[in-house]
Amino acid sequence: MNSLKRLTRARETGILLAFLLVVIATTVKNPSFVFSQDGFRDLLVTPMLVLLIAVGEAMVIITRNVDLSVGSVIGLTAYTAGTLFKYTDIPWLLVALIAIAGGAALGAVNGLLISIAKVPSLVITLGTLYAFRGINVLWTGSNRINSTDIPNDFQMIGTAQLLYIPVITIIAAVVLIAAAWYLRNTRGGREFYAIGSDPDAANLYGLKVGRRVLLAFIVSGALAGLAGVLYVARYGTVDSQAGSGFELQAVGAAVIGGVAIFGGIGSVWGAAIGAMLLLTINRALPVLGIQDFWQQAVVGALIIAAIVLDRILALRQARRLTVMEDSQA
Amino acid sequence: MASPATPAPRATPALELRTISKSFGAVVALRSGTLTLEHGKIMALVGENGAGKSTLVKIIAGLYQPDSGEFLLEGRPVEFRSTAEAKAAGIAVIYQEPTLFPDLTVTENIFMGRQPLRSFGRIDRKSMHAEAIALFQRLGVRINPDRQARGLSIADQQIIEIAKAISLDARVLIMDEPTAALSGVEVDRLFAVARSLRDEGRALLFISHRFDEVFALCDSVTVMRDGAYISTAKIADTDVDEIVRQMVGRDVADLFPKQQTTIGDVLLDVKGLTSAGIFDDISFQVRSGEIVGLAGLVGAGRSEVARAVFGVDGYDGGTVVLAGSRVPGHDPAAAMRAGLALVPEDRRREGLVIGASVAENLTIAIRQRLSAAGLFITGRRENEASRVWASRLEVKSSALDAEVGTFSGGNQQKVVLAKWLATEPRVLIVDEPTRGIDVGTKAEVHRLLSQLAGEGLGILMISSELPEVLGMADRVLVMREGRITATIERADATAESVMRAATGAAA
Amino acid sequence: MTTTTPPTTGSAANAASGARNYPGYGRPFWQRLLLRREAAIIGLLVVVIVVASATVPHFAAPITYNFLLLDMAPVLLISLPMTLIIITGEIDLSVASAMGLSSSVIGLLTQAHWPFPAAAGVALVVGAVGGAVNGLLVTRVGLPSLAVTIGTLALYRGVAQGLLGTTAVTSFPAFWTDLATSTIPGTLIPSVTIVIAVLAIVFGVLLHFTPFGRGIYAIGLSPDAAVFSGVKIQRTKFILFVLAGLVSALAGIFYTLRFGSARGDNATGLELSVVAAVLLGGVSIFGGRGALPGVLAGALVIGVLASALRLAGITSDVINVITGTLLVLSVILTSFLAWLQRTRLSAGRKRRVTNGPASS
Repeated sequence: MNSLKRLTRARETGILLAFLLVVIATTVKNPSFVFSQDGFRDLLVTPMLVLLIAVGEAMVIITRNVDLSVGSVIGLTAYTAGTLFKYTDIPWLLVALIAIAGGAALGAVNGLLISIAKVPSLVITLGTLYAFRGINVLWTGSNRINSTDIPNDFQMIGTAQLLYIPVITIIAAVVLIAAAWYLRNTRGGREFYAIGSDPDAANLYGLKVGRRVLLAFIVSGALAGLAGVLYVARYGTVDSQAGSGFELQAVGAAVIGGVAIFGGIGSVWGAAIGAMLLLTINRALPVLGIQDFWQQAVVGALIIAAIVLDRILALRQARRLTVMEDSQA
Repeated sequence: MASPATPAPRATPALELRTISKSFGAVVALRSGTLTLEHGKIMALVGENGAGKSTLVKIIAGLYQPDSGEFLLEGRPVEFRSTAEAKAAGIAVIYQEPTLFPDLTVTENIFMGRQPLRSFGRIDRKSMHAEAIALFQRLGVRINPDRQARGLSIADQQIIEIAKAISLDARVLIMDEPTAALSGVEVDRLFAVARSLRDEGRALLFISHRFDEVFALCDSVTVMRDGAYISTAKIADTDVDEIVRQMVGRDVADLFPKQQTTIGDVLLDVKGLTSAGIFDDISFQVRSGEIVGLAGLVGAGRSEVARAVFGVDGYDGGTVVLAGSRVPGHDPAAAMRAGLALVPEDRRREGLVIGASVAENLTIAIRQRLSAAGLFITGRRENEASRVWASRLEVKSSALDAEVGTFSGGNQQKVVLAKWLATEPRVLIVDEPTRGIDVGTKAEVHRLLSQLAGEGLGILMISSELPEVLGMADRVLVMREGRITATIERADATAESVMRAATGAAA
Repeated sequence: MTTTTPPTTGSAANAASGARNYPGYGRPFWQRLLLRREAAIIGLLVVVIVVASATVPHFAAPITYNFLLLDMAPVLLISLPMTLIIITGEIDLSVASAMGLSSSVIGLLTQAHWPFPAAAGVALVVGAVGGAVNGLLVTRVGLPSLAVTIGTLALYRGVAQGLLGTTAVTSFPAFWTDLATSTIPGTLIPSVTIVIAVLAIVFGVLLHFTPFGRGIYAIGLSPDAAVFSGVKIQRTKFILFVLAGLVSALAGIFYTLRFGSARGDNATGLELSVVAAVLLGGVSIFGGRGALPGVLAGALVIGVLASALRLAGITSDVINVITGTLLVLSVILTSFLAWLQRTRLSAGRKRRVTNGPASS
């Protein structure tokens, strides 16, 4: 009934408008930004890896945790996939499943440490960020997987399209819709929000907090694993530093998209649009005549602006509610 | 007169506790909790703070597990290991401060974990919404089911907890001081709801400090004291005096060793203190050697006044003057320098740095003065200063580096008092100074306050315990809904006169 | 722990006992010294040094320690203010970016032919301003420091890269670059060690021996009690963020001189090493607990392991595995020990209660 009103008021709408504004402004300046085959494909494909891990990161942050290890998980799973391609003849679909399962296992390591040992996720995932990356470096050394090692039919995925839509984008969209559906429409999904909103109350209420937090980390790890496989498909080369720094992009995308760093608020839609905005701005800046060295600064300014804005909106909302209550009394 | 053993009821009681006990480390919170709740009846549970009511409630709720005793539900023994199990068995507890999920909507809060489902495990939002509206209609309240829980009044939050309980079809409802923070209208609404639940055959337990409410709402009353069951009586067969006598269990005069003091000059002069929506036009004076009681119901704004005077919170208008000089607002450090001290209401959160040692707690407020040239402080100087104050207050501790978190409530309160006396204040504000501490320490605290007044300190004592206020105060200020409604001299102060001013109705 | 003395209800008992003589400490000095987390990490440092000296060829040579200290200097420096910040329960992830920013500013001003001391001065001011921005967003606007400093991590790094682009400025006066890598005359100890030692003493005294430091611990353990005790929480946190910015800028200046190169991407990712060193050093991420000696030892453990492994011919990145594993182990161990203590304590209490007299 009020769905239109809700849509215009939603935090995600604002960030979507910002995204469209960037795209339109850049396209006006240089139409090939959208209206060329490469431009259109880059617009849809480039943000997808970060989008995938931002979806997982958002699920983790909504439970009032954080996963800093996703970049390292991408590195490990990408190299695993690359190695399997290089040295075995396992069909690529199975390789992809192995990488995703591997990512989920690494996520489970995080989740178990956090929910059983009851130590803060920030510390644990900072530790596993190092540890996973270190294992990767130990294993990889100065080796690298080159595109000649990758079977052609798999590399096709990086460039293939279905009805003009890149396959990678379709995969990411399916994941996004599934995650959004779960969080919004199932009992388990709503518990994510309840836990992040007030973990103590959730315990008192009898929700299975540990189990949900573990699930969030497994999903985050599995999506990082998926991103790792797609990394191989898209870039063709994997070295020991693949995916490093992605964790901050994922957290940044979630925060820009309106996911509150202390949990309970936000949606994977917001995180996804945040990722689109982040990576599109990076490509748009040079077109708009700003040297791309400033990319990071814009990203930082966006994050700060987003959290300040959320804070102001929250204060305004609180004030409006008190005024309403006063007028009722 | 009620007998300690309740007569066997005809039907099986909804819930029965027999001589339940519970200890935390060295502290015995409950020695023998006994309680019987019947279908279609409202039972009141009364007792002083520290009598063991909260522990009893938490055992019923499944939050604590009893050390010994019997717990029967519908005549069958039960053993709850978690709140979820108690809830599944049909017990709903409404706490004084409900714990809702602030970021979720009212509807989601009611149905969390058991939302109605459609195909594929999908939540049926439409029917959930309709059910919430039906619930609120049945309760006769108007709350927007789509709004966030954040920012709801305590009264509305409690209604939501009750709605939750009804939607669960809870057979037993426990309400732990639900009216503490409610206004008159809200209390009436809550009572109407409670009566309709009773008429549906549910068993209710109502915990309250307000006797007028107990007599207006309940069918019987159980009294507890010092962690033990004292009596149960039909409301019609008892009266306030009898209940108070059983609650206190000793002669009031013995408990409050009030010294005669000479009352001197005005030390603390508060004029027209106002904080929008919290308290309004508060004016009072505290003289040297005087103990001024500040009485009123919980939620009347007493602690808020204390916080504002001490500078923890800011205020919108008015002045605070100490011994002739103005105390700046919203600056506790300045208030301390001026000679004010505040022993706060919430000992574990506001009074003590839990996790720090005795010595660190005793010297945190005087850390500037203890340091050489205002710059350097050492453990040795801290220990020297702490030793003086720990021994003056007879703090029980094996060593000065013991963590205060492990102390009993009474011993912790001594540390807090010592911490503030170390600042050598001229006016001491104490907020619920004996809440939740054992009888022995209680008497020690009272003796100390009396002695301090004798030494010329001015004392402002906030207390919800009427006997304490009547026994200790030279003058009683009464607050109601953010205003001072009466000032009663010691000679005229009676339980009745104070309660009347506090509730604004004929007691 | 409380004594077993029964509660005194009458003044007679108290008068008889007279003024109590409270011992300052519940355990003898050696126990207090050894049975704490700082001691464990310092012990670990000693073990690592001994094992490395015995097994890794050339590790025992003084030159190893020279490089080790030069390598670890930025982490050691920044871990000082970071310790104080984490003890208040906040965090600052923007420190490495502030280093990069400081490096860029020096590079830019050197290009513009500013004298080096003036350029360094401006870099320090920029660092302090960056810290102040963090501090204001956290204390005035009331935002969580984790989110704020993830934002400024990107922002400061971005400005650093924007200012210099891809150019690297390398034309620094030889006097200053030599000074950065110089040693204390007659030894192989780098001169920068003096700066580290002086700042370590300053921060150590500030944290452990001043009223300000007492306030820092109180904020971390119990913000409410701190307010009621007259601790100015917002001001304290603001000062700490400014100090972090300032020290990061100083570390950035050193980094630039040591490698003789000002670049926008200098010291990328260093914030994680700093946080790891602080947590490894026994500081609780929840605030309120930790001590500076442990943190210095934590940073040195990472440094010693790195250089030992490098000398042993293992790729230097292996250190990541070790840092990460140590970090995870250290927090889990703390958690485990706390759990052990709790269960032992409650078991002991139960025994005492059942055997002892009823307590009321």
